[in-house]
Amino acid sequence: MSAVMNKPGKGSQNLKVNSAEMRVEGVSKSYGIAHLRENVVHNASFVIEKSKLTVMIGPSGCGKSTLIRLLAGFDKPDSGTVTIDGKPVKGPDRDRLVVFQESALFPWMNTYDNIMYGPRARGEVDDETKALAEFLLDKVGLTQFRNKFPSQLSGGMQRRAELARAMINFPRVMILDEPFRGLDAMTKELMWEYYAGLYEESRRTNFFVTTDIDEAIFLADRLLIMTNIPTQVRAVLEVDLPRPRNLKELLESDRANEIKMEALGILHEEAMKSFSSGSAAASDFIEAYSKRVKKKG
Amino acid sequence: MSAQVMTHQMPGPGRLRKMMTNQRFYRAITGILVFIILWEVGARSEQWAGFAFPWIGLVPPPTAVLGAWSTVFVESSYWMSWLQSFGRVLAGFTAAVLLGVPLGLAMAVSRTFNGLAFPTFEVLRPIPPLAWVPAAIIFWPTQEMAIAFVTFLGAFYTIVINVVGGAKSIDIRYFQAAQSMGSNGADIFRRIILPGVMPSIFLGAAVGMGITWEVVVAAEMISGGGSQIGGTAGGGLGFFIWNSYLGGSYELIVVGMISIGIAGYLCSSTIRKTGTWATPWKRLR
Ligand SMILES: Nc1ncnc2c1ncn2[C@@H]1O[C@H](COP(=O)(O)OP(=O)(O)OP(=O)(O)O)[C@@H](O)[C@H]1O
Ligand SMILES: [Mg+2]
Repeated sequence: MSAVMNKPGKGSQNLKVNSAEMRVEGVSKSYGIAHLRENVVHNASFVIEKSKLTVMIGPSGCGKSTLIRLLAGFDKPDSGTVTIDGKPVKGPDRDRLVVFQESALFPWMNTYDNIMYGPRARGEVDDETKALAEFLLDKVGLTQFRNKFPSQLSGGMQRRAELARAMINFPRVMILDEPFRGLDAMTKELMWEYYAGLYEESRRTNFFVTTDIDEAIFLADRLLIMTNIPTQVRAVLEVDLPRPRNLKELLESDRANEIKMEALGILHEEAMKSFSSGSAAASDFIEAYSKRVKKKG
Repeated sequence: MSAQVMTHQMPGPGRLRKMMTNQRFYRAITGILVFIILWEVGARSEQWAGFAFPWIGLVPPPTAVLGAWSTVFVESSYWMSWLQSFGRVLAGFTAAVLLGVPLGLAMAVSRTFNGLAFPTFEVLRPIPPLAWVPAAIIFWPTQEMAIAFVTFLGAFYTIVINVVGGAKSIDIRYFQAAQSMGSNGADIFRRIILPGVMPSIFLGAAVGMGITWEVVVAAEMISGGGSQIGGTAGGGLGFFIWNSYLGGSYELIVVGMISIGIAGYLCSSTIRKTGTWATPWKRLR
């Protein structure tokens, strides 16, 4: 299985070998004009390590999607640098692929055509790619739905189709912006397992943004905890839990809970700071947080 | 009726759909029948009530219309009117699609072109197509071309506006996703922009087709029989109505009106069907 994922035939496309490292150094970004100008990212620096799954967690509205646009090259920082393997990011490129917060499957293409979009765009349709498409369809459980349009798929299926569409392009860095937001708890947990499985097989560089602490700990090798807006990295935690992970084991693991409490503690401080400055999102967070802490006892 | 159907075993999705369409079909038939009966009764009010009801009492009853229709039905001149109107609508509409879609796409894709073309377009657009009739008759060599031109204008603006609007409303994330998968300009145009504006093209075409019929009928009435002015032009369903009015045949006026209704319906349902076929992803599950 992993042999297919690694596409040994095309050496340059072997994902394990070809992952990249991204660096964000002293990046700031503001939006708006004159007195409406808002500083969204302020002097943020972090590393997305090669072949690791880095998860970024931060309060809603802190500027995570903004950072993703800078990483992807859809937008340019006001100051600071974004580099991939030392080379500055100039614009969108196939070496960095974004899975968006809301489904961005092309509504006019069926599942298969969506997945094959990238290879066709680059004129790379060969037997190997077709076989890989089949493999990915199977991997995300959508073989039966290959001829369906996105509107005919459930939310969870759409997210899986989008993962497959991204995977087939062998991006050197895969960037995911809250890809499972809005899914119900059951589907979400299934998606974590799908996604973690895909990552474990490919071991390419992944950058995953979320607001969900359980999701973060289930998936992460490294956890970046962000401050509220204007955002920067507040803390970096190494999530040294063995893989493959399993939800039940994780719930019972002392180490996992230790990391979770540490992360929540930092997030709580952040929320308190913005709470004193009157942010509605912060009070939501504090409420959710106190429930969690009570539950844990 | 529906209760009977309901007693069958669980209807599958296909059967359910058939049942629903049947119900809709019977409703439509009932509605039309009621309309015709009310019309007949109202139109004959002078005979049974002793005085003509206002408005409806002056309209020829459906039976009389049907009688008049059966006499023209076998006349070739009646079908010639159909043919002439259809020919003009088709010519004007086809030209509007062939010119309007590329123009709209060019205006949507190129900022430079948009800057050049849009102001002129916006100045010309508010001029109603019918205001062009006299000018068109002067600057087109034949009257036929003048009518086709005015018909063309009717659909043209609507199609262009819809294409531009449709292209502008394509989600930017589709472009970003395509770019990060290695798609270049031509590929993005063909696989993102074209299918993305397809529904708007058909929407514009459907609305444009309606306007086209309005315009052709009016143009035919204004330009008259044509043959007396010179040339082979003239005629058409619009002229058929006008001529019946001049000849005092109220039944034939109604025949002409219904004929245009049918013709317009045929055209717009053809566009709708083509649109559904061309944008399968817009169909519900
Ligand atoms: N293009 C833009 N123009 C103006 N303001 C923007 C723009 N993009 C983002 N912002 C502002 O930046 C802030 C952060 O937005 P962003 O989408 O990055 O947050 P986020 O952390 O991704 O939030 P969420 O978790 O809810 O997705 C918001 O206050 C938003 O209003
Ligand atoms: Mg976001």
